[in-house]
Amino acid sequence: MKLTVDQLHITLDRTPILRDVSLEARKGDIVGLVGPNGSGKSTLLRAVYRSLRPADGAVRVGEDDVWALSPRAAARRTAAVLQDAGGNTTGLTVTEIVALGRAPHHGLLGRDGAEDHRAVTDAVDRCGVRPFADRDYASLSGGERQRVLLARALAQNPRLLVLDELTNHLDIRARFELLDLIRATGITTLAVLHDLDLAARLCDHLAVLYEGSVVAAGPVLDVLTPQILADVFGVRARTERHADGVIRITYEAQPLAHQDAPDVVSADTHPSPA
Amino acid sequence: MIVAISIGAVDVPVGDVWRIVLHHVTGAGPAPSDLALDQIVWNFRTPRVVLAALVGAGLAVSGAVLQTVVSNPLADPIVLGFSYGATLGAVLVITLGGGAALAGLGVSAAAFLGAVAAGALVFALGQRKGRMAPTRLVLAGVAVGYVFLSATSFVQLQATPTELRTVMFWMLGSVAGAQWDQLPTVAVVVLVTTTLLSLFGRRLNVLLAGDESATALGVDVNRLRAVLLVLSALLTGTVIAVAGSIGFVGLMIPHLVRLTTGADHRRLLPLTALLGAVYLVLVDLLSRTLDRPNELPLGILTALLGAPFFLWLLRRNKGLD
Repeated sequence: MKLTVDQLHITLDRTPILRDVSLEARKGDIVGLVGPNGSGKSTLLRAVYRSLRPADGAVRVGEDDVWALSPRAAARRTAAVLQDAGGNTTGLTVTEIVALGRAPHHGLLGRDGAEDHRAVTDAVDRCGVRPFADRDYASLSGGERQRVLLARALAQNPRLLVLDELTNHLDIRARFELLDLIRATGITTLAVLHDLDLAARLCDHLAVLYEGSVVAAGPVLDVLTPQILADVFGVRARTERHADGVIRITYEAQPLAHQDAPDVVSADTHPSPA
Repeated sequence: MIVAISIGAVDVPVGDVWRIVLHHVTGAGPAPSDLALDQIVWNFRTPRVVLAALVGAGLAVSGAVLQTVVSNPLADPIVLGFSYGATLGAVLVITLGGGAALAGLGVSAAAFLGAVAAGALVFALGQRKGRMAPTRLVLAGVAVGYVFLSATSFVQLQATPTELRTVMFWMLGSVAGAQWDQLPTVAVVVLVTTTLLSLFGRRLNVLLAGDESATALGVDVNRLRAVLLVLSALLTGTVIAVAGSIGFVGLMIPHLVRLTTGADHRRLLPLTALLGAVYLVLVDLLSRTLDRPNELPLGILTALLGAPFFLWLLRRNKGLD
């Protein structure tokens, strides 16, 4: 399903976190959300999975504003894999955690049926968690856990996937495996990624958040320009499509000295301190 | 339960117990010939055993739910202040007995009100801007508990030695005073709230995933917490009101079940209720047989018996490493 973020404003404790953020992911697109720490990426995700009500503007999944949907109806469209996930899951087995993904499909009296069983089995197999399906979640490695949480999200049978730093702390092979898995689902995806190389590799489009505003959005090569990399991320680097078709970023050894960094991209919304 | 009914200061053959209970419940079979025996079995022992089962089930289920609601394995009706609220209510009535303000209020009613008042306070203080963070809830519960405890201690200082003894017995819990006329209310509350809480089993599971993930899984986390908190305060208040503040059951029985059969609440809650019921019937049985014809308070035995077994299980379980 299509995701539309329309002129979103979000304020937390009277501090504006997001200002006039607009964003679109067409059906089947993988859109990467990048930006330095504290730029508002996770906040934007919270608005998308209906955890944070915007002060103004709207998030639409398909044609519907997520706040016009019930929590369960919204969760039948959007699944999220988050950082807090699995906080206190000692005691639940992997299969039981994947089965949590069926929760939005049931009311209080709902019993598990054949469809639930199929969705859980399918997700378990697709994410390759079958070998440890009966183990306690707490006993898994970081990479295994992330695959379990992704399986839980797929069991939700969502039309939109929201991923917050899915590949953090994973070794390089586990990262690639996870990214391939996400590509293979064909589900529209909005993913916060810290690693720009990974973002360039996975995503069709990127959006750069900086101090609560989108300062660039579009195809990867149009977005990760030397200018943006310098202004937003404070590094000297260039982005190229290599002969094998993969887009790579080449960083120069010397980071930009702080005074070198031009203030900000959207000078109209952030007056320069100079 | 039949066996538990048959053993006591006077041992009654199990067959006789069965016949007497069956006669009263279904009307089948001949009326008991020995009226004293009938009196002991039907009017003293049976309500007592039934009450022990209900109280055990109620406390254990309440503990299991609270542990998940505040995502803290140490949570139980005591940590969240409910028990201290009940204690203050009970102690006030015991010591001020005919006090004008509390006239017409029995110990049970006062204890129930105390527990519900504590629950309401925790509920009100544990939230900020409509959000109930688990940590804030636990800390609010602990703080409210201390306040009630202080108030209780103060009231106790004014009490006579006889009253103090009554207070102490109440605080350690007992089902000795069980009577048939109080059972229907307790039974209805325990059965209805336990059933309702079990219906929330799937959502309780989702709550284990963390607040943000639970939200993304379609659960209105704050509303769910509110509902569960109200139900468990009601449940705890009711059972503490009739049996006093019994520790350990609410904390340990849920963990025992989790350690042996897993944390899926759809299984956990019914099994916890069952084990809590069996456990308290057993403890009550011991409390009146260990030191015949005297009785030991339940609160002393619940932990004394259960803790060693629990610790053994704790050491055996690898999932906690």
